[in-house]
Amino acid sequence: MSVLKVENISKNFGSSEVLRDISFTLEKGDVLAIIGSSGSGKTTLLRCLNFLETPDTGRIYVNDELLLDCADKTTMRESEIRTKRLHFGLVFQNFNLFPQYNILKNVSLAPSLLKLGTPEEIDTNAKKLIERVGLSDKLDSYPCQLSGGQQQRVAIARALALNPDILCFDEPTSALDPELTGEVLKVIKGLKGSDSTMIVVTHEMEFAKNVADKVIYMADGIIEEMGTPDEIFNNPKSDKTRAFLAKSLENL
Amino acid sequence: MFETVMQALLEGFFQTLHIFILTLLGALPIGLIIAFGSMSKFKPLRYLVRTIVWVVRGTPLMLQLIAIYYGPGLIFDNNFWGQGNEGRFIAVIVAFILNYACYFSEIYRGGIESIPKGQYEAGQVLGMTKPQIFFKIVLMQVVKRIIPPMSNEIITLVKDTSLSRVIAVYEIIWAGQAYIKSDGIIWPLFFTGVFYLVFNGLLTLLFGFIEKKLNYYRG
Repeated sequence: MSVLKVENISKNFGSSEVLRDISFTLEKGDVLAIIGSSGSGKTTLLRCLNFLETPDTGRIYVNDELLLDCADKTTMRESEIRTKRLHFGLVFQNFNLFPQYNILKNVSLAPSLLKLGTPEEIDTNAKKLIERVGLSDKLDSYPCQLSGGQQQRVAIARALALNPDILCFDEPTSALDPELTGEVLKVIKGLKGSDSTMIVVTHEMEFAKNVADKVIYMADGIIEEMGTPDEIFNNPKSDKTRAFLAKSLENL
Repeated sequence: MFETVMQALLEGFFQTLHIFILTLLGALPIGLIIAFGSMSKFKPLRYLVRTIVWVVRGTPLMLQLIAIYYGPGLIFDNNFWGQGNEGRFIAVIVAFILNYACYFSEIYRGGIESIPKGQYEAGQVLGMTKPQIFFKIVLMQVVKRIIPPMSNEIITLVKDTSLSRVIAVYEIIWAGQAYIKSDGIIWPLFFTGVFYLVFNGLLTLLFGFIEKKLNYYRG
């Protein structure tokens, strides 16, 4: 049984086709890296999974449960979408922490609003997650007092607090100074193997190569190539993939 | 003499304060509702609300006071504000609330629209409802951003209360000016300025304090 099955997702913005017939599946515990140049539709795909965009066609299943079927409007009701999107967590490129709350409250706010336990349970769990991203000494700090890397780690803890089936990262290190990307990638890597299924949109080729179980290369709104890191990075079949990798790696 | 004058001015100032507080109590929440109306996705409502705001902001408050107080009686032959001082006072409060709610609504709207989309999206992906996102995440950030323009508007309100005399509602300037006619002295009128200055000084300190209180975070 696959944890995520995406079938024939397409999305247009006006006359431009951003996603065309995207299909793939993910097994529980898999880490999927999505690579590709800017404008290839990676972020839009992630936003579709999190119901921040509505695809024009296609279906999304989680644990074999049909979450979204573009042909069936009854699956797109506002009230249901709110519970359905809890299957997914999303870590944004620019963190989007809540500036007026301290770190602990940033992580515990959603669980307490959704009444996912007693206040004590929620607090303990939040503290545990903050410890897991290595920020136990910052519980009472506010986001503006943290570095970008620390903020992103809080954002990861915040997403984990709802215990999503699939955790999505939208270019989690793109807004960070180079010396801060390492700490964030390390945290993401640390989540691997703890049953978390993850989708990471990234420009960090080394990360995709070493951490991912599966890599998708997207170009012009389609999945140009999909496979294991070894297949994609060492034996790319498509010319486009080869050209993209050559360009991405020559920067190093 | 000084004591009698002060007594009269204090009485007038009490009335000024009364108008000020009631207007704030009404206009602050109603302004937020008007702001929602002017941002509504339902076009007829949005246009209706924006037209009302345009009319209210586009005409003098003095004219509105007169129209609201005399209008019903002259047009519909029914002065539902009631007779005497009480009726006039109610009309003044209604006019002030309507006028200030429209100004406040634009300040709210500016504040709400300045909150980055990412804050809403973060709330959405965390499964929050729309009211939760607004009240738990957005509103407090809006409050922080709108304090400077709000303090401007509120200080203007303190002084605008003096317009209520146009429909014969007693307030401090009236109290001061009365001494020109009765005793031929002008200093009580000038002295009313001290009341305004002191009161607005206190408000300035209060807003400064709130701003400082909210300074613990950026964003």
